[in-house]
Amino acid sequence: MKGTVLSVGFIPLLDAAPLIVAQEMGFAAEEGITLDLVRAPSWSSLRDMLSFGRVDAAHMLSPMPVAAALGLGGTQAPLAAVSVLSINGTVIGVSNALAERLRDGGHDFAFNDARAAGTALIKAAVPTLRIGVPFPFSMHAELLYYWLSALGLPAPQNVDIRTVPPSLMAQAIEAGEIDAFCVGEPWGSIAVENGVGSLLLPGAAIWAFAPEKVLAVRSDWADAEPALLGRLIRAVWRAGRWLGDSSSNTLAAELLSRPTYLNLPAEILDRSLNGSLVISARGDQRDTPGFIEFHAGAASFPWRSQAQWIGLQLALRTGLDRVASVNTAEGVFRSNLHRNALRQTSAELPAASSKVEGALGARTTLPAESGRITLSRDVFFDGRVFDPSQIER
Amino acid sequence: MADRLSVIVVENDRDRALLIVDSLREAGDFDIHVIGEATGLGRRVKALSPDVVLIDISNPSRDMLEELALASGPMERPVAMFVDRSDDGMTKAAIEAGVSAYVVDGLNPKRLKPILDAAIARFHMFQRMRTELMETKRALEERKVIDRAKGMLMKARGVGEEEAYAMLRKAAMDQGKRVADVAGALVTAAGLLG
Repeated sequence: MKGTVLSVGFIPLLDAAPLIVAQEMGFAAEEGITLDLVRAPSWSSLRDMLSFGRVDAAHMLSPMPVAAALGLGGTQAPLAAVSVLSINGTVIGVSNALAERLRDGGHDFAFNDARAAGTALIKAAVPTLRIGVPFPFSMHAELLYYWLSALGLPAPQNVDIRTVPPSLMAQAIEAGEIDAFCVGEPWGSIAVENGVGSLLLPGAAIWAFAPEKVLAVRSDWADAEPALLGRLIRAVWRAGRWLGDSSSNTLAAELLSRPTYLNLPAEILDRSLNGSLVISARGDQRDTPGFIEFHAGAASFPWRSQAQWIGLQLALRTGLDRVASVNTAEGVFRSNLHRNALRQTSAELPAASSKVEGALGARTTLPAESGRITLSRDVFFDGRVFDPSQIER
Repeated sequence: MADRLSVIVVENDRDRALLIVDSLREAGDFDIHVIGEATGLGRRVKALSPDVVLIDISNPSRDMLEELALASGPMERPVAMFVDRSDDGMTKAAIEAGVSAYVVDGLNPKRLKPILDAAIARFHMFQRMRTELMETKRALEERKVIDRAKGMLMKARGVGEEEAYAMLRKAAMDQGKRVADVAGALVTAAGLLG
C-alpha cells in the first residue's frame, strides 16, 4: 500500500537523515504515507518551493521560519516548525594558512574549548576575518555571532560574513575567498578530506543543545491537514529514534550516501554520525560526544524558548523591536502540534513548552506530561542563560 | 529611478546567457549585464545595483543573493527581494519555470512583467532542450549497444544483419524486455566471458 504521498524537500546534508530514514526504513509506510523526497539546490529555493506549494514539508534551518515570520528576507507564506530534526552537527573550520597561524600562536586544536579556540582565532586573524556560512538565517550564523561577540569581537559588524552554499564551502576556502567557515556536516569533513582546511570546533562547543534543523510546513497546511501532519511527525520521530541508536550508524551512512540523497562516501558520513571527526589533513582525530543528536533529551521537541532565543538574536542584529520579535518567534515553533502528534506514542513529552535555555549543566531528569523525562546538557560556552520570562513585555 | 530598467542575468553557460539576453532585448529596452561565475557574486551584483536579477533556480549560488536582501539593513530599502509579493501568480509561474528573480522592492509589477514573461518562456524552452538532449543521448547510446550486439551475433552465428536484429527482437519479446536491454546484457556477458 502506497498511501498518501507527501512531497518533502531536503538539502543534501547529514541532518536530512530523519526524512530519508523515515522513507527508506519504512517508518513512513507504518503511518500509511509515502515521502517523495525532493533534493533542493539551495535554501532559498527550498523555502520558495514550500511557500508556493511545490512541496508539502521541508528540511529547514531553524532560524528560517522565524526570520520569515519577522518579515526578514523574501517573505511569503507563514511557516510552522513542527519538529526539531537535529541538534548540533555543525563544525567551524579554518583555511590551511589560518590553521598554520593558530598553531604558531600555540593553539592546540583540542576541539572542545570554545573560549580557547575563539580567543586564538581572533588573535590570529588578519585583518578582517572572512567567514562563510550557508545562509544569512542559519544557526551557523547565530552561533558564530554569539561566540565571537562574547569573546570581544562584535559580530557581525566586525567580521566579513559571506553566504556560501554548503557544497561549495571547500572550494571557497581553497580559492582563498574565505578564511573560515561554519557548515553542517559532512561538508567540513569534505574540506579536510580535500586537504584545504582544518576543523577548529564543533558547533556543540558553543551551545551544547542548539536546534539545528527543523521540519517546516506551511501554517495553513498544518491547520488544514492535522491528521496527515500527525502521521508525518510520528514517522520522522520514529526515524530519529532509530538514528539515535548508535548501532544504526553504519546502515544510516550507507543509505545517506546513495546518489539520489547525499552522493558522498559513506565512510565520511559515518565519522560525523559517530562524532569521531578527522580534523586535519594530517589525520588528527577528535571525538565529540553528542556531536549530532536526533533523539536523546527530547531532541525532536520544538521548544518555544528555542524559537524565542532565535527571535531575540535576529532582533538584536537587525534592529527590530526585541519584545515584538520574541513574541512573534514564539508562535513559529508549534509545540502543541508536536505534542498532539506524539501523545499516542511512547515519546516522553515535557510538562512545559518553554524552558530556560542554557541552564542544564548535565543530564537532568524532570517531571514529564506523564512520568519523567531526561533532558540533555544545554549550556552556552560562556555560561549565560536565556530566560524568556525575563524579556520585558 | 532611471528610465531603463537594469537587469542582471546570472548564468555561466555562455550560449544560454546570450539567448536570454536576446529574448530580453526583444521584450523591451533594458540595460543588461551578464555575470558568469559564482565567485564574488554577491559583491558584483551589489556593485552594479540592478533593478532585477535573474538566476536559474537550480543554481546553488542563489543563496549568495539572499544575503543582499539584508545587506543594506532590513530597515532601509532592501537592495533586493524575491519577486514582488504583490503578484503570487507571477512568482509561482516563475518558480515552476525554474527562474528566480530578485527585484528591488517597490518596483512596479507592470515594468517587471515583460522581463519575467520573456525569461519564463526562455526557461521553458531550455527545459525542453535539456530533455531532448538527454533523450537523444540515450537513444544514441542504445543504438551503439544494439549495433555491437548485432555484430557479435552475426559473427558467432554466421547470420546477416537483419537476421541478427530479428534474433535480438525475438529474445526481447519473449522476455518482455526492450531490445536495448537484451543487447546490453549480451554485450556485458560477452565482456565477462572474454
